[in-house]
Amino acid sequence: MEWQTYLLAFIIGGAICVVAQLILDFTNLSPGHVLSGLVVAGGVLGGLGLYDKLVQLAGAGATMPISSFGNALVKGAIMEAEKNGVIGVLTGMFELTSTGITAAIIFGFLTAVVFNPKG
Amino acid sequence: MATKLGKQTYQPDNPPFIISTGTVAGPFEGQGPLKDYFDHVYTDTLAGERSFENAEKEMMANACFTCLQKVNVTPQEVDFYLAGDLLNQIISAGFCALELNIPFLGIYGACSTSAEGLALAAMLVDGGFAKLVLASTSSHNSSAERQYRYPTEYGVHRKPTAQWTVTGAGAALVAGYGAGPRITTFTVGKVVDQGIKDPMNLGAAMAPAAAATMVQHFADTGRGPEYYDLIVTGDLGKFGRELAVITCASKGGFDLSKNYNDCGLMIYDTEKQDVHAGASGCASSALVVYGYLYRKMLAGELKKILLVATGALHSVTSFQQGASIPAIAHAVSIEME
Amino acid sequence: MSRDPKKKPLTVEQKRYTELVSELVPKPQYGKNALLAFLFGGLVCVIGQLFTDIYRLAFGMSSTEAGNPAVATMILVGSLLTGLGLFDKIARYAGAGLVVPVTGFANSVVASALEFKREGLVFGVGSKMFMLAGSVITFGVVTAFIIGLIYAIFIL
Repeated sequence: MEWQTYLLAFIIGGAICVVAQLILDFTNLSPGHVLSGLVVAGGVLGGLGLYDKLVQLAGAGATMPISSFGNALVKGAIMEAEKNGVIGVLTGMFELTSTGITAAIIFGFLTAVVFNPKG
Repeated sequence: MATKLGKQTYQPDNPPFIISTGTVAGPFEGQGPLKDYFDHVYTDTLAGERSFENAEKEMMANACFTCLQKVNVTPQEVDFYLAGDLLNQIISAGFCALELNIPFLGIYGACSTSAEGLALAAMLVDGGFAKLVLASTSSHNSSAERQYRYPTEYGVHRKPTAQWTVTGAGAALVAGYGAGPRITTFTVGKVVDQGIKDPMNLGAAMAPAAAATMVQHFADTGRGPEYYDLIVTGDLGKFGRELAVITCASKGGFDLSKNYNDCGLMIYDTEKQDVHAGASGCASSALVVYGYLYRKMLAGELKKILLVATGALHSVTSFQQGASIPAIAHAVSIEME
Repeated sequence: MSRDPKKKPLTVEQKRYTELVSELVPKPQYGKNALLAFLFGGLVCVIGQLFTDIYRLAFGMSSTEAGNPAVATMILVGSLLTGLGLFDKIARYAGAGLVVPVTGFANSVVASALEFKREGLVFGVGSKMFMLAGSVITFGVVTAFIIGLIYAIFIL
């Protein structure tokens, strides 16, 4: 637990958010467009093996932004592809992202049952 | 019967009276500068109901019953009920009409519905079809937000041009007899599309429609802006208002800078309440005109006003398919003798 | 002339008007928005790093392994903030700083589920949950599929 990790997490994580904010402000794209774009970008960087380098450098600064979701999908697909070829792309797709999606569904469902929209 | 003035304006021979109004507002509107002019301010946006849609219907019904009770009129005595709102299939109006049990004609003009209702009510009364017509409209921030934009709890940055949908409802009772402000002319607008595609900038989409209807109204009646004590547009907001002033000057050579305001800028304290460019929604013009201006007219502080209610006629589907936003504005002149 | 509304050319008058609008309408406060996005985004990531380290040290996991429970924890935080009605209020200032991290993903799922609760558990919560987050998953999977396929066919 070194302070440099935290500094880098702050800077890299913040920088990814700034890129998204600038796209939102300078264009008429909706958050949905920008987030989808970030996921695609994360996936492509992951395919090139660059995203993991960013994770090594910035830790949560790279794993918390949604772009890491694209990276994790690609990594899962490639990992299984190495074992089972083309079929592995299908079976491995959600191997690493299962936590995020499952957590979102479960917490989303429970929150919806417990809370009401405040308006 | 009515006399047609120019191309789009009509002058009832026996100008109908607005004998009563009813206004109810949500809690956020109840913190605004016009709070004392509303008949009822809710403390809860759900108005004690299960959903925001039910709350909007409850507000609409409350406004209608309040309007009728003030002049001791029962729903059975009313000939027609004209109402519309922003929700798909105008459900607030339809469900409210079920409660009122008055012969119902649903109308839709988005946020121009208040003026559309007054104009149609004047036609029915002056044309001899009715003695009493009730016109109402409503909007609810949360029900509109989820239909037009995002779920209410979704975290998004709002742009400076975004407007805040008013929660509330307003009703007016139009009669062929009685006392009160009278509907002396009305100008029915045409749909205008000036190529604006940003649903977060509806003021800019609607301003050309407001300007076109005002220019037509002045041309048809031979009046200028100075004829009126006050001209109000429905919900153009800060930038839409500026655009309307510019467009009116360039299209008709009219100077609106002296006696023109926008209901969307009057209903909230734009300094203290975080509403960005101002208010929007059917209830914006309904609350300001039926609540605030109506009372000012009864008190004799205003004699002649022109309501130019504006509506954006897009839907989420038309926007997502890339169509620009068509808009309409109807003008109704209301005068107190 | 094309009938596709996206390709319909603007008339001269429409063009003049849209130019007038873009002159008059204020631009977003780019600098302030970017700064807030940076500060909040950085802060969220630091909190995420903190959770990662806690799981790493408390359960003896590797950094990679600890990432998963950390993400789940951040999703829980985002869900709770949304349920309490605080997320949208903070996001009005934080902008992308709160939306881009996984907290924003949680918010888009929970806000949709919550909003459509009145339409019932099946048509409302169940089917509307991924109304906003769905495109993120779809585009992520499509990208990963194409890359995975290229990898499986050409590189292996």
